[in-house]
Amino acid sequence: MAMTPRRRARISKILQITIFVVVIVLLLLKIDWKLMNEAFFNFDKISPLFPGMITIGLKNTLFYTVISFAFGLTLGLILALMKTASFAPYRWLATGFIEFFRGIPAILVLLAFGFGIPTAFPGVVWPQPVNIMLALGLVSSAYIAETLRAGLQAVPKGQVEAARSLGMPAWRAMITIVIPQAFKIVLPPLTNEVILLTKDSSLAFILGMMASQFELTKFGRDGMISLGAGLTPLIVAGAMYLVITIPLSLVARKFESRTARANR
Amino acid sequence: MNETTNPTPVFQAAGVSITGLRKSYGANEVLKGIDLEVKPGEVVCLIGPSGSGKSTLLRCVNLLEQPNAGVIHVGGFEATDLDIDLDKMRQKVGMVFQQFNLFAHLTVMQNCTIAQTKVLKRPAAQAKETAQKNLDRVGLGAFGDRYPDELSGGQQQRVAIARALSMDPTLMLFDEPTSALDPETVGEVLAIMRSLAKAGMTMLVVTHEMSFAKEVADRVIFMDGGVVVEQGHAKDVIGNPQQPRTQDFLKRVLDPTHVEIAE
Ligand SMILES: Nc1ncnc2c1ncn2[C@@H]1O[C@H](COP(=O)(O)OP(=O)(O)O)[C@@H](O)[C@H]1O
Ligand SMILES: [Mg+2]
Repeated sequence: MAMTPRRRARISKILQITIFVVVIVLLLLKIDWKLMNEAFFNFDKISPLFPGMITIGLKNTLFYTVISFAFGLTLGLILALMKTASFAPYRWLATGFIEFFRGIPAILVLLAFGFGIPTAFPGVVWPQPVNIMLALGLVSSAYIAETLRAGLQAVPKGQVEAARSLGMPAWRAMITIVIPQAFKIVLPPLTNEVILLTKDSSLAFILGMMASQFELTKFGRDGMISLGAGLTPLIVAGAMYLVITIPLSLVARKFESRTARANR
Repeated sequence: MNETTNPTPVFQAAGVSITGLRKSYGANEVLKGIDLEVKPGEVVCLIGPSGSGKSTLLRCVNLLEQPNAGVIHVGGFEATDLDIDLDKMRQKVGMVFQQFNLFAHLTVMQNCTIAQTKVLKRPAAQAKETAQKNLDRVGLGAFGDRYPDELSGGQQQRVAIARALSMDPTLMLFDEPTSALDPETVGEVLAIMRSLAKAGMTMLVVTHEMSFAKEVADRVIFMDGGVVVEQGHAKDVIGNPQQPRTQDFLKRVLDPTHVEIAE
């Protein structure tokens, strides 16, 4: 008794609806909403979080993200060019660097800068934002390098040949013809990289920092301890991340559909 | 600098002379000693089976490919001299590609002005004027604000010709300019090439359009396996080929429905 595709599709749909309803009902019956509100949505007690959540937390998260991205982008561009260099040792170096920093957790790199450098070089004490910029920038540069290299290589060879045949030197063809087109290609993945960095900046707490240097997560944790509002401060911090990341996500998608149209 | 042989010269035309040109990719020798002369204002069509080295030969002329041996003169330049300014030479040699290769991020007008301003350092207004003149020449004067992907293949190729002409080249290289086109747009591109030829441009054209070659070319060169097999007046080479390889190739091109597949 073989099932027709139509019949199978109908059964699948019924199954999905059933699971959905069962889960919702269980949640409604089993969850103690009073405790739930106490732990997560205790919005009455959190007014002391403001305006610091924005003027300190959000501001620092944005700050760490921007400086890390700026450093990561610069280094990533250098690595991408090294990866396409004709001198082989440059390629090996870049490949080794990229594989290394893609393969280890960002938090280890942060610790290395925060605690390793002062130990290895006594007397060298960088401000925490510099450590954050270097550590997160290094990690993201490895991803950015691969993105940029792929972008540069995605520009058809014919574009360079046409430019050269018009008498443009190689560097001019690169700047005027290749990079502008590669830029459009890499915008969506670079935007995603910024989103990842925004979230990774929450790791900065591991270095220990002054209250004025708290980013969103650290600021929320601090509020969690002092306010007695359960995890509510973290919920607020989470919402702040979404305020940054969702618009970026939308922008990235917009770029994506635009390049898709341009390349049709 | 160069006189032209054309009775009504519009272009300042340069000649090309190639002697003993060899080019290998690894162990694969693609050009096995080519000698070729194109006089100023002359139109030479290059025909031959796919893989015979036609594109490679054309790309050697403006040094997009570095020859392994041989001497190439283009106008006043010895192109193969390692000390010459290649960019300077390429400014004078227009190239039109099978796949058009218009700059995808620039408008039609910008495609035609970018090298004028960045390479020749012409003022923007002069560059625009020159571009407009050449877009008018290819019948696309009203399309300056369009982007390449908004044009048909034939229109894109006409823009590519206008872009090359905007540099005031003394020689034009065409690599199968109509091979990527829909059949109904081939004619418009050939028409422009015909008018260029009439106006005295030196042209080296790789093509499979035999009727175009017969009508427009001063000379036709048949290449196979990296050597020049036969050359002469267009009507002779196409209408009355002497070499068996040329005869076989032309039979396949001119009457593709009756080609016999060898065992
Ligand atoms: N960049 C390259 N690297 C290696 N081989 C190449 C390259 N370009 C062309 N060839 C080889 O050279 C031969 C001639 O190619 P080409 O000049 O494009 O022929 P045609 O234009 O007559 O079809 C072919 O066998 C091709 O595979
Ligand atoms: Mg070819």
